[in-house]
Amino acid sequence: MSEIDLETARKVAHLARIAVPDENLPALAQDLSRILTFMEELNEVDVEGVEPMTSVTPMRLKRRADAVTDGGIQARILSNAPDAREGFFAVPKVVE
Amino acid sequence: MSDLNKLTLADARDRLRAGDVTSVELTEACLRAIDGADQLNAFVHKTPDLALERAKAADARISEGDAPAMCGIPVGIKDLFCTEGVASQAASGILKGFRPEYESTVSGQLRDAGAVMLGKLNMDEFAMGSSNETSVYGNAVNPWKVDGRDLTPGGSSGGSAAAVAADLCLAATGTDTGGSIRQPAAFTGTVGIKPTYGRCSRWGIVAFASSLDQAGPMTKTVRDAAIMLQAMCGHDPKDSTSADLPVPDFESMLTGDIRGKKIGIPREYQIDGMPTEIAALWAQGADMLRDAGAEIVDISLPHTKYALPAYYVIAPAEASSNLARYDGVRYGHRAKLAAGDGITQMYEKTRAEGFGAEVQRRVMIGTYVLSAGFYDAYYNRARKVRSLIKRDFDTVFADGIDAILTPATPSAAFGLGEMANADPVQMYLNDVFTVTVNLAGLPGIALPAGLDAQGLPLGLQLIGRPWEEGELLKTAHVLEGAAGFVSKPAKWW
Repeated sequence: MSEIDLETARKVAHLARIAVPDENLPALAQDLSRILTFMEELNEVDVEGVEPMTSVTPMRLKRRADAVTDGGIQARILSNAPDAREGFFAVPKVVE
Repeated sequence: MSDLNKLTLADARDRLRAGDVTSVELTEACLRAIDGADQLNAFVHKTPDLALERAKAADARISEGDAPAMCGIPVGIKDLFCTEGVASQAASGILKGFRPEYESTVSGQLRDAGAVMLGKLNMDEFAMGSSNETSVYGNAVNPWKVDGRDLTPGGSSGGSAAAVAADLCLAATGTDTGGSIRQPAAFTGTVGIKPTYGRCSRWGIVAFASSLDQAGPMTKTVRDAAIMLQAMCGHDPKDSTSADLPVPDFESMLTGDIRGKKIGIPREYQIDGMPTEIAALWAQGADMLRDAGAEIVDISLPHTKYALPAYYVIAPAEASSNLARYDGVRYGHRAKLAAGDGITQMYEKTRAEGFGAEVQRRVMIGTYVLSAGFYDAYYNRARKVRSLIKRDFDTVFADGIDAILTPATPSAAFGLGEMANADPVQMYLNDVFTVTVNLAGLPGIALPAGLDAQGLPLGLQLIGRPWEEGELLKTAHVLEGAAGFVSKPAKWW
């Protein structure tokens, strides 16, 4: 049984950039523990010498010319932004 | 002319071509049915004006002759597909207000073929769920009802399944990452096919787990699935994983002749606690295929048991990466910030407010299994197990098996809210028969094969060889004919 403690749950939430209030951390830790325990069934499988799958169909990815095919659509790019100003995406201050 | 919304896609196509009916008439019948079905909560963004405009254009095109099969057919589009100028929010609060400036390749192919979009369909948030209960729009409701309870239409393509079963549209698009087309099809007595990974372009479909996601049609019959799938398939330079292979004429392959085909029955799918009705239906399905001249062969897919845990490592890992783009900067929701909040608080508050509980859970699980120190133990191990699961299928196909018959789901539709207090893992068990197919990239189809003792539909699944959707549809068509499933839900909504 995998045990996720409160500190680990807090760390995972931060890595995922999701604010989780302290009072919700125990339930989150319990959920994560249950799911990870379920995943640990995979430890029964002998995977010695098996390559991890990278592509489900044995196809070579197609190549294309490295060329500009689109552009000049600034207004369309910004049309769904929660805060766009003077042609830019606006965000809170990033550096002091 | 009443009840035009109840036509199959194939019948509607034939009557449109014969000049017997117009697309406007079909579309108006569907729009009326949709307006009378708000209790099902299947259509969450209705586009009646756009639909009538497209229907008129389709009628003009049909009258000129030589229109494609989908021309004039009213369809619903799952909310996961980006549709130009029409709300597309993957049933998530984080994409509230998002109106794409572009059209997904698959919905664009349907549009260009003349199909008429009636609106956007309910689903589980970001396609994460098996009951349509994680949607920001609220639950979609199954038109099938046997007592006072509202039943789930399944998920994640729950709105698509409910809409097709209730005749709100002639067909709908779905997507399937672990069973999200096939499980809802089974719960609603409809047909759903997930094609081979790479058949349909993923471009413009909101990504959940990119190595597993595939689009497919949800329809009333196998023939309709063949017609609509053909219009959805094809190579797309904008999706590097889409296959540059010719798309056959699937409908012409429905010859009814499956003599000599070898159908595998995998022993590992006989899980503990399988309801006797489902076991009996599975055996009947095998008998029907045998009677049609197929050979039934017992097979083994030894790593089946590990498919669900492997899936629940890989899919959340990919989701945590794909969903990193929802940061409150370029589109969708941004949280109101307090004085002094910086960019990290903006991300954390935005994502806490915008994502529902199941999505948050999966993003965090994915983050954990990809984090330093755990990547090998979880993610790499799961990818190795995935190789073994695919190898199981490769082996039986190399031994001459043409298709594999299994149940589609471990139960009939359950009541909405009945799983609310269950462990998340209990809900994941819904995908037990379908998830292997995504992990191995294979085509799979669910079709209705009978009713349980309560009178709810039960489905069977056929799994095919890669790229052989045509052969798979042919076998499914024979099984559909033999099963003779014609029941429809009694209208209560």
